[in-house]
Amino acid sequence: MMTLLAVPPQVLFGQLLLGLINGAFYALLSLGLAVIFGMLNVINFAHGAQYMMGAFGAWMLLEYFGIPFWGALFMVPILVGLTGIVIERLLLSRIANLDHIYGLLLTFGLALIIEGLFRQRFGISGLPYANPIPGGINLGFMFLPWFRGIIVLVSLVVCFGTWFVIEKTKLGSYLRAATENPDVVRAFGINVPLMITLTYGCGVALAGLAGVLAAPIYSVSPVMGSSLIIVVFAVVVIGGMGSILGSIVTGFGLGIVEGLTKVFYPEASATVIFVVMAIVLMIRPAGLFGTAR
Amino acid sequence: MKLTKLALGIAGIMLLAGPAQADGSDDVVKIGVLSDMSGTYSDLSGAGSVFAAKKAVEDFQKDHPDLKVEVISADHQNKADIAANTARQWFDVDKVDAIVDLVTSSVALAVVNIAKEKNKVALVSGAASSALTGKSCTPNSIHWTYDTWALANGTGKAIVKTGGDTWFFITADYAFGHALEKDTSAVVVANGGKVLGSVRHPFPAQDFSSFLLQAQASGAKIIGLANAGADTTNAIKQAAEFGIVAGGQNLAGLLVFLTDVHALGLKNAQGLIFTEAWYWDQNDNNRAFAKDYAAAMGGKHPTMVHAGVYSSVIHYLKAVAAQKGDGDGAALVAKMKEMPTEDKLFGKGSVRADGRHLHDMYLFEVKKPSESKGEWDYYKTRATIPAAEAWRPLAESDCPLVQK
Repeated sequence: MMTLLAVPPQVLFGQLLLGLINGAFYALLSLGLAVIFGMLNVINFAHGAQYMMGAFGAWMLLEYFGIPFWGALFMVPILVGLTGIVIERLLLSRIANLDHIYGLLLTFGLALIIEGLFRQRFGISGLPYANPIPGGINLGFMFLPWFRGIIVLVSLVVCFGTWFVIEKTKLGSYLRAATENPDVVRAFGINVPLMITLTYGCGVALAGLAGVLAAPIYSVSPVMGSSLIIVVFAVVVIGGMGSILGSIVTGFGLGIVEGLTKVFYPEASATVIFVVMAIVLMIRPAGLFGTAR
Repeated sequence: MKLTKLALGIAGIMLLAGPAQADGSDDVVKIGVLSDMSGTYSDLSGAGSVFAAKKAVEDFQKDHPDLKVEVISADHQNKADIAANTARQWFDVDKVDAIVDLVTSSVALAVVNIAKEKNKVALVSGAASSALTGKSCTPNSIHWTYDTWALANGTGKAIVKTGGDTWFFITADYAFGHALEKDTSAVVVANGGKVLGSVRHPFPAQDFSSFLLQAQASGAKIIGLANAGADTTNAIKQAAEFGIVAGGQNLAGLLVFLTDVHALGLKNAQGLIFTEAWYWDQNDNNRAFAKDYAAAMGGKHPTMVHAGVYSSVIHYLKAVAAQKGDGDGAALVAKMKEMPTEDKLFGKGSVRADGRHLHDMYLFEVKKPSESKGEWDYYKTRATIPAAEAWRPLAESDCPLVQK
């Protein structure tokens, strides 16, 4: 039997696949961040809290209204996105002309408030959310739960869709133009502030969607976002701040790197992403797919 | 982060400490609940421990109306330095006589030493480390509710004896996880079992699929989870997803609290076996306590840590009443060791020379959803581990108080 560094191939393939699944989460989350940073120049530190709101949204719909997972999958991103729109209109739009750091501080503060409120209401231990499609398929080298397969599919479809809209459609070209030179775009009769608001709403909705997908497999708890968000920021930095394609490719890629680390040296699996980040920043300070601004 | 925690902590204190005010006079027995009010352990200890301490005072004062007792509380944020500062402030300035709860081992280890230095009392209910009655024991502290030795011994022994003789550990990569793995491995081997391997995950971890897959590949009958809190619940939730239990392997949680089971839901947690010191549905006294607790805490039910705080405060107040004073901490603890313990939640017991409170432990199994009669009805008792077998034998203790 073929073995690689004393690791049986079954284990290796299994870990690669698991890495891909985790990468799907990183890609979804970092995509939202990249969209927001690319279009608004806001470093959205509330992203983790909005991801947590997505998971709690799914739980609340089930608990209070009896709406199952599939309904939540469509409703929650819209609801979380709406809260994003309110935040953008009420707060972020007021600091749009200031330095990045103000957006960062504002969203960081928001994240703390949102987390604190959820902690006050629901406690810290988390809430149960049942897996909507238990069971799975035996691939020979590992058991793949159906739900994890769905995560990868949803993530791929959403990532590709977002990339397509921004890079290949007319709407996307308006968006990109509005980022480059809002005054000129406005002179063409396009409502730039509305586009900005909707973009933030969509970025936040992506976080909400990731949250819904996470609810059946991770503990639905107020701190679930803050533990993930740092890794996701590292992914965005490695991919290149604001690069859509960069965040997708890096998200999946780093998921795999992390998965492999869990086989060869599990103790380092939490740090490997930051090691990669340090190396990338030394060689390409703008990130793998980024362009220096 | 710190500010929120501080704000929440202060809010919690104001909410729970009520109108009680310090008057600084020495005829008041002052008990400080030092706990995690907002972090990972705030559900299993935290505000609930403040309730338990106040309840104990209230119950005790029914028979001793003359004894003036005051309960205050603070958030240690699971940080030993913050805990140490608070403890010093409490002992030196606020005239606190005893500190209770002390969840998180590093916190407890720091505070018992300060209690010794100031000759006050520390009653540990929340922390796990068996070092508290081992090399770090003091004449001023008692370890009340559970410890890593008892958990490893209770769960490890019971499972090996019922056929679970091959183990694989998923261990949190820090001191507590390593200790739990080491203690349990020793019990497994001593009872004729075999440890096939282990994997160490970063703390905290979100995704356990990779580690579970390695555990699955090991072919071990039992997968021991040497971690706590959200790590344990995440691992169990994902084990269900990956069909680990359906595939014939069983999970053993080495430190599981009622709040963890609540967070998992019975569907994910069913069949899980673990050791605990107390469960709210064991008898009428426990149920009555749980009812009062739930009424005060928004429907939540108490954990063994809360019950331990209640029990330890009762015993402490008995010693104060017997001693007619709260000044000399070491003398009070000596009195507590001399008197047998008895209260409505832990029943009869005793405190050993090394500061170990001896009482029965229980091996619980989580019910199937069909067996549960409603919310919080989670455990069935598989075995009672009598006090004589539940704890590390005194002869094996490296506590300096014993070796004299």
